[in-house]
Amino acid sequence: MTNLLTAGLGLKSEHYDAALACTAAGSWFEVHPENYMVAGGPRLAWLEAIRNRHPISLHGVALSLAADAAPDAAHLQRLTELARRIEPALISEHLAWSTWRGAYHSDLLPFPRTTAALVRIADNVARTQDALQRRIAIENPSHYLKLDGHEWDEIEFLQELAQRTGCGLLLDVNNVYVSAHNMGYAAADYIDAFPGDPVMEIHLAGHATDPQLGDALLVDSHDAPVAPEVWALYERLIKRIGAKPTLIERDDKLPAFDVLDAERARAATMLQKPLAEAA
Amino acid sequence: MMTASAPASSLNLSLARFQDDFARTLLATDDAVPATMAALVAQPAFAVYRNTVLKGCIDALQANYPAVNRLVGDEWLRAAASLYARDQLPTQPMLLQYGASFAEFLERFEPAAELPYLPGVARLDRCWTEAHAAVDEPILNASTAAQLAAGNFFRARLQPHPAARWVWFADAPIYTIWARNRGNKPMDTELEWRAEGALLTRPRDAVQWIALNQAGCALLDACAAGATVADATRSALDIDTNADLAGLLTTLLDAGAFSSRQPCGDNLTEEQK
Repeated sequence: MTNLLTAGLGLKSEHYDAALACTAAGSWFEVHPENYMVAGGPRLAWLEAIRNRHPISLHGVALSLAADAAPDAAHLQRLTELARRIEPALISEHLAWSTWRGAYHSDLLPFPRTTAALVRIADNVARTQDALQRRIAIENPSHYLKLDGHEWDEIEFLQELAQRTGCGLLLDVNNVYVSAHNMGYAAADYIDAFPGDPVMEIHLAGHATDPQLGDALLVDSHDAPVAPEVWALYERLIKRIGAKPTLIERDDKLPAFDVLDAERARAATMLQKPLAEAA
Repeated sequence: MMTASAPASSLNLSLARFQDDFARTLLATDDAVPATMAALVAQPAFAVYRNTVLKGCIDALQANYPAVNRLVGDEWLRAAASLYARDQLPTQPMLLQYGASFAEFLERFEPAAELPYLPGVARLDRCWTEAHAAVDEPILNASTAAQLAAGNFFRARLQPHPAARWVWFADAPIYTIWARNRGNKPMDTELEWRAEGALLTRPRDAVQWIALNQAGCALLDACAAGATVADATRSALDIDTNADLAGLLTTLLDAGAFSSRQPCGDNLTEEQK
């Protein structure tokens, strides 16, 4: 099914009507499952209505897979129930932690990539895939801090995680750009080194400069159009690894649906190229 | 196992210990930062995490309490929300549910002392969220109720619909204040200071609300406790001997206050045997 997905859009409640009416071939929508973990009511009804017309991807932010603890059983159960109801085309999560000792921190927090962490995260991913009875994709996070204690390079860590658990990867090109800028490495090198086979999905989004630190720090703000540099990295990536389901993410300063859909159409057009080359 | 002297950097920490210290540091003042986190906090970028965690909570409270927000303004609401969030982070990630105790927080919140109606308004914002996310269930409509009435309506046990929420406010016109600030109703008409009740329901896909008198609230309380219609109406009459019971039941049925699930009570079933 994922092979049929081309370019999709992050779905916000403000755009429900337009999303429902959208007829672009192969288009799909991604939501945060946490926003639809309700007993009933209009939210679920909206999502089901859109699901009846378009494939849906569930992009979780709260399984806290990089926490040194098993995923919260109740939360995993809620995700499983939503997945049963929506039958999503894709399910993804982050290489990060958020819930810790019963408190939810609404962010994707960093950790030292040690072998011990790898063992724990692999176990958490395996538990999640067992509960969902399917393969999930794990996303590379944005980095802001220089952390001591990394034993693994991020790409090797993700590759090993995929190997141990059979999970797929979600490559967020904007996160690569933001992290490379903040940590001081070349984004193109990261893109070129990323393994193509496990990639189940690509994310494209906008970023901003930090309000206090300016150019010194880029923030993965999802409040702007995809930057030209990120489009260029994306083109470089799909030329090498081929067409993959690609999502335009936008969470803040939401423009009209048509404006976002134009970004989606641009990605869809770019995806045609490697397809044509492969044919 | 913790040693008496903490290491000076995050190097060699177990993942759990790293997360304990990092989580504590997200909300800590600078003098309360664990030594293991000093090198991280020294980086200006650490503020990105602090800001994002707090902003997530504040945004959620602002979204979940729109009538409170309209009454006090963005700046006041976000300052109060920041204090609330520092005191109690979400315990689960569905942020629509966050802030269940915000009304109680406002009751104790010194700067809100001059706005005695604010906790009540927060309570109704919370009722809206609960009604919005409640489980789907068909409502008991007037024609089904009429069929019941032809049988033995007064021995039926009507169950409040899962989305129905009702509150009686004995001290202030909270319903009017809330409704004016929740919808786009004009706020400039005069406000009569009186006791008021509210009923929120979700008969179809959207939450609706009406004013409800104290007898109506007592009737719903009794139904929720499992009383028969006869006993529930008696509870209403205890509040107001002149209560218009037929009118009240019509109002409640029209609003979608009852579930269509098991509308017949045990007594009725017993008698039919």
